[in-house]
Amino acid sequence: MEDVLSFTDAGLYCAAGDFHIDPWRPVPRALITHGHADHARPGMGAYLCTAPAAPVIRLRLGDVTLETIAYGEARQIGGARVSFHPAGHVPGSAQIRVEVAGQVWVVSGDYKVVDDGLSEPFAPVRCHTFISECTFGLPVFTWPDAATLKAQIDGWWAANAAQGRASLLGAYSLGKAQRLLTMVNRNIGPILTHGAVENTNAVLRAQGVALPPTLRVTAETDARAHPGALVIAPPSALSGPWARRFGPAETAFASGWMAIHGIRRRRGTERGFVISDHADWAGLNAAIAATGAERIYVTHGYTAVFRRWLEEQGYDARIVRTGWEGESLDTAEEAGT
Amino acid sequence: MKRFAALFAALDATGSTTAKTAALAAYFREAPPEDRLWTVALFSGRRPRRAITATRLRDWAAEAAGLPLWLVEESYPVVGDLAETLSLILPPPTRSAENRLAGWIAELRRLSTLDEEARRAGILAAWDSLGGTERFLFNKLLTGGFRVGVSQKLMTRALAQATGQDEAALTHRLMGGWTPDTTTWQALITAPDPAADLSRPYPFCLASPLDDIAALGPVSDWAAEWKWDGIRAQFVLRGGNWFLWSRGEDLVTDRFPELAQLADRLPQGTVIDGEVLAWADGAPLPFARLQPRLGRKSVPKKLLAEAPALLMAYDLLEDAGQDLRGAPLSQRRAQLARLLDGLPEDTPLRLSPQLPATDWPALAAARETARENGAEGLMLKRLASAYGIGRKRGDWWKWKVDPLTIDAVMIYAQAGHGRRATLFTDYTFAVRDGDGFTPFTKAYSGLTDAEFAEVTRWVRAHTLQRFGPVRQVPPELVFEIAFEGIQASPRHKSGIALRFPRILRWRRDKPAAEADTLGTLREILRQHG
Repeated sequence: MEDVLSFTDAGLYCAAGDFHIDPWRPVPRALITHGHADHARPGMGAYLCTAPAAPVIRLRLGDVTLETIAYGEARQIGGARVSFHPAGHVPGSAQIRVEVAGQVWVVSGDYKVVDDGLSEPFAPVRCHTFISECTFGLPVFTWPDAATLKAQIDGWWAANAAQGRASLLGAYSLGKAQRLLTMVNRNIGPILTHGAVENTNAVLRAQGVALPPTLRVTAETDARAHPGALVIAPPSALSGPWARRFGPAETAFASGWMAIHGIRRRRGTERGFVISDHADWAGLNAAIAATGAERIYVTHGYTAVFRRWLEEQGYDARIVRTGWEGESLDTAEEAGT
Repeated sequence: MKRFAALFAALDATGSTTAKTAALAAYFREAPPEDRLWTVALFSGRRPRRAITATRLRDWAAEAAGLPLWLVEESYPVVGDLAETLSLILPPPTRSAENRLAGWIAELRRLSTLDEEARRAGILAAWDSLGGTERFLFNKLLTGGFRVGVSQKLMTRALAQATGQDEAALTHRLMGGWTPDTTTWQALITAPDPAADLSRPYPFCLASPLDDIAALGPVSDWAAEWKWDGIRAQFVLRGGNWFLWSRGEDLVTDRFPELAQLADRLPQGTVIDGEVLAWADGAPLPFARLQPRLGRKSVPKKLLAEAPALLMAYDLLEDAGQDLRGAPLSQRRAQLARLLDGLPEDTPLRLSPQLPATDWPALAAARETARENGAEGLMLKRLASAYGIGRKRGDWWKWKVDPLTIDAVMIYAQAGHGRRATLFTDYTFAVRDGDGFTPFTKAYSGLTDAEFAEVTRWVRAHTLQRFGPVRQVPPELVFEIAFEGIQASPRHKSGIALRFPRILRWRRDKPAAEADTLGTLREILRQHG
């Protein structure tokens, strides 16, 4: 039987429909799971994504040829039947289902299975072959529940505010930043945002996502006028001169990697909050089981280990190399979270 | 355990020494005495005896988590710490326990007396009643090694804050061979201490690397002597017993039985600061000859004969039971010289000679000859200075000779541990040897975090083969390796062993074809070995 998707230098390719999914090189037609930079890249002839993912992609890629599709809406592209389903990763993010001659493949994109109250909740899709990310595909990754996290972050912010210190929180500007905004107790103090975060906020607010009031940090912003503020910024901004304007401050980083003590210390951050828009170990296993798929391709993350684990669980498990990066630890770039 | 876990969390959540000290001091005021005592013990490297092997712990944790052992083993290098790995993979606790720190340690003691099945049941029960940080700390007690960014100095300061005692007096109290079994909080910390534990050494005075010789002032204010490359130690003789303490506060008396002669020939109430050296034919042997002593509890006759040890005396800290540390160095040296004068020739004790300090250029020239004299460089000590505690800048300087260097090629890389667990920081280096490369040393330090991150990305992209945690990479990156000494060594493939190898810099300007050769390395051995 012919494979529904093949793996090329440019990305995942569907010959029946002549399109790529989240390609990393320019192609005529690209189906995009979500707007993070490693999945939605510039230079494609035409883009197709969900309606709620489109505004952010336009913000990031400019005036591109872009069509939208509703969640669950089936569309015939050549010999392939295509539909998009919630991935729970960030607002508008999707898994892409591709059916050719009765064979169903699903590309997960990035996903998490817990409801963050912001993204359309992850919905498992039955398929024969599932292409899954496994950024956190080791049993040491278990995310704390939302109430625990909220208590930790609020406690940290309130303690800093009480000492007259600003709270600088590093988080990716699409997804994590908004998740934090909706999570924290806004009565503790004002919330300031880095321009990259605020640009994304503006786009999401315009499409109806409810976010608390925030203040954009500009060259004119007088940090002393906002004592006890929570400042949400991309991690890269926190290690540079941008962050110095806030005077005495505590810095923390919000990432799934903060689950590991040594990784947090290596980044030189005293506080880390374990919060990720990717699935943890249990989440990956549950999502994969729910697809009913027999064949699993794993990509970005602990692929070799996770593949072996899946094989021992009875799956036909394989590794595929892609240009996707998962949740980056590198502060120099904002990769896909 | 909750209080201890809260302390750990507070220490871990801040980089500020003031905040760490305050958190510890609060703990020392409020925690129950047994817990305080154990905390002092753990933070000064006195951990409970290992009750269960790491292998067993791994097996039991894998079983409790329903995971294959290989998966636990694959997870370990990512986390970089076994205690943390196990605490992360275990399922959440279903019970709760109100045991305190000392209570858990007592429980571990109890388990260690039982058979394996009972131990296993006890550990599984503990894991099932501890969550998060408490479970991690419990595993730390099991696996040993409490490095949590708290130095002994910081802890002592916190103790001083909490008890209102003098920091130096506390430092002295904390030295020695005590364990929480042999003492109590009251006896160790708060009780009057007239008959101070006879074994106790004084806190070592440490030197700083010399950066600016011009700032030292007139040469006549200074004493210069060789910086010997042995084991810095204090010889303590009191009440008929003698003790030898290394700088790391290890009691090493048993490793150097030949020094027992000193106890017969020196008066009681004597404490000498010096360097233990392997010595033959009137000259020091390389440090490598002394090293086999450290790894074992008793010393075989062969080793005693081949590399006999002596104490090279630098300083006199106690004379006739009198603490001399407040007296100027010039006076202490004079007393030391008098004490040593007239000892029989074969006494394994010598006065470290002072070099004539007539002017700085002469000392600089003497420093250049340090290697030939079996030394690492010079020590400069202010003649008027007291014997201080720890590394206090200004009175003691080490003026080491420039290291030997060689340009080498990285051929293997391995991830580090702890905070370096996701970075490739441990490299094996090779020199060119004909058309191939011969490995000759490993080095772990010397690059900046940014450089380690860059090399890590390169290693990931260029891995040729994996051998467990080790990655073989193409011989392309060249680094300048610095080292303090070089030795012929039949145990090494290159036939050479280095002393204190470290990365001096990344030679981005050099292709591997221009790296140094095995011939160069042998020439350095011929000149300096």
